[in-house]
Amino acid sequence: MSQFSGTYALIRKDIHSELRTRYALNALLMFVVTAVATILFALRSDQPTSSVLSGLYWVVVFFTAMSGLSRTFVSEEERGTTMTLQLVASPSTVYFAKLLFNTVLTFSMTIAVTILYMTVFSNAFVIKTFSIFAGTVVLGSLGFASASTIIAAIVAKANTRGTLYPVLSFPILIVLLMTVMNATTKALDGEEFTSALPDFQILVGYFLAMTGGSYLLFEYVWKD
Amino acid sequence: MTATGVTKEFNRRTIFRDVSISLSQGESLAITGRNGSGKSTLVKVVAGLLSATRGKVEYAVDGKPLEIENLRYHIGLVSPYLQLYDEFSGSENLELLSKIRSDVGIDSGRIQQVLETVGLWERRSDYVRTYSSGMKQRLKYAFAVLHRPSLLILDEPTSNLDHDGIAMVKKVVDEQKKQGVLIVATNDADEAGWCSANIELGKH
Repeated sequence: MSQFSGTYALIRKDIHSELRTRYALNALLMFVVTAVATILFALRSDQPTSSVLSGLYWVVVFFTAMSGLSRTFVSEEERGTTMTLQLVASPSTVYFAKLLFNTVLTFSMTIAVTILYMTVFSNAFVIKTFSIFAGTVVLGSLGFASASTIIAAIVAKANTRGTLYPVLSFPILIVLLMTVMNATTKALDGEEFTSALPDFQILVGYFLAMTGGSYLLFEYVWKD
Repeated sequence: MTATGVTKEFNRRTIFRDVSISLSQGESLAITGRNGSGKSTLVKVVAGLLSATRGKVEYAVDGKPLEIENLRYHIGLVSPYLQLYDEFSGSENLELLSKIRSDVGIDSGRIQQVLETVGLWERRSDYVRTYSSGMKQRLKYAFAVLHRPSLLILDEPTSNLDHDGIAMVKKVVDEQKKQGVLIVATNDADEAGWCSANIELGKH
């Protein structure tokens, strides 16, 4: 019971802290706007294919996540509050609280990118099979958050945090990126929901494997 | 609290070797030694924040062994490397950290009591970022004693504190010596004198 109440209290602390400091939120929002605007200027009046659009969509999500999600641990490390947290919470409490906080942040960011994309590319980015797109966004966000959380915990202990985060993340996220790009293309092309089931199986497996592995590894990363 | 043959090494450099400590309720220990002798590292090992390279640290409450998972309910730490959240007020910090620790029986009355003890009740609603370094040190004391810990560890206990602050620390120390175990890591002979035993690191 104390595990749940501690996790809940830590998520509340992180949300209140984020709303007051805007450590991650401003970085994420600015990156989304800048990246989508750059793509808009680059494409101009071209009519890109659905695979190009879905690729660009997840490129924006990937780099936006890289610019903001590491803050959950890096901000604790920079402010010297890591040891305070170690003193009051078990490693599993911290891991699940940070994972849930990053999930909320990733999901909000993906929704923001989607709305902006649908507004800016109103003619080209048309979701024909909404169920595939919704499933991809939910499972993709979970996978992104899970991988980003453990990588952020590792990177927070390093000296070269800024460059190390995307470098470490790319090989770990490449399977996820290829799968969500593939599934998003199917949603834009209007394919049947069943055609995306293999992709969803990969995404669910990725999330479970990543979360399970991270949970086992986290105590060693967090403590020393 | 019992530490047996504790050694800590960082990258093959030995910080301290084969340290053994045994403390029971009502006992107190000063850890002294020159700068870099490993006082703060030993404090972190005893507090469960760092693992020892060799040796072991064990805890027991009322004769029953204490799991490391439950150590947080029984330990209080004041240290220069321990920081509280600047974006929250003094009372918010205590409330949030108590909830994260899932403390039982800590209500607003207890928070008021510890903030009055450390002299911060009047400034309880101000953000910690507006506090002076001495006030931040006082807030660390409020955080350390909030849950009435069995083991209180003070690393450089009076840094940044004025005369009133040092008197407050002495009061906390006297109270802790009656109800639990006290460890003080310091270079100051007066502060070391608060404790009944002394261990000096880095003598060899």
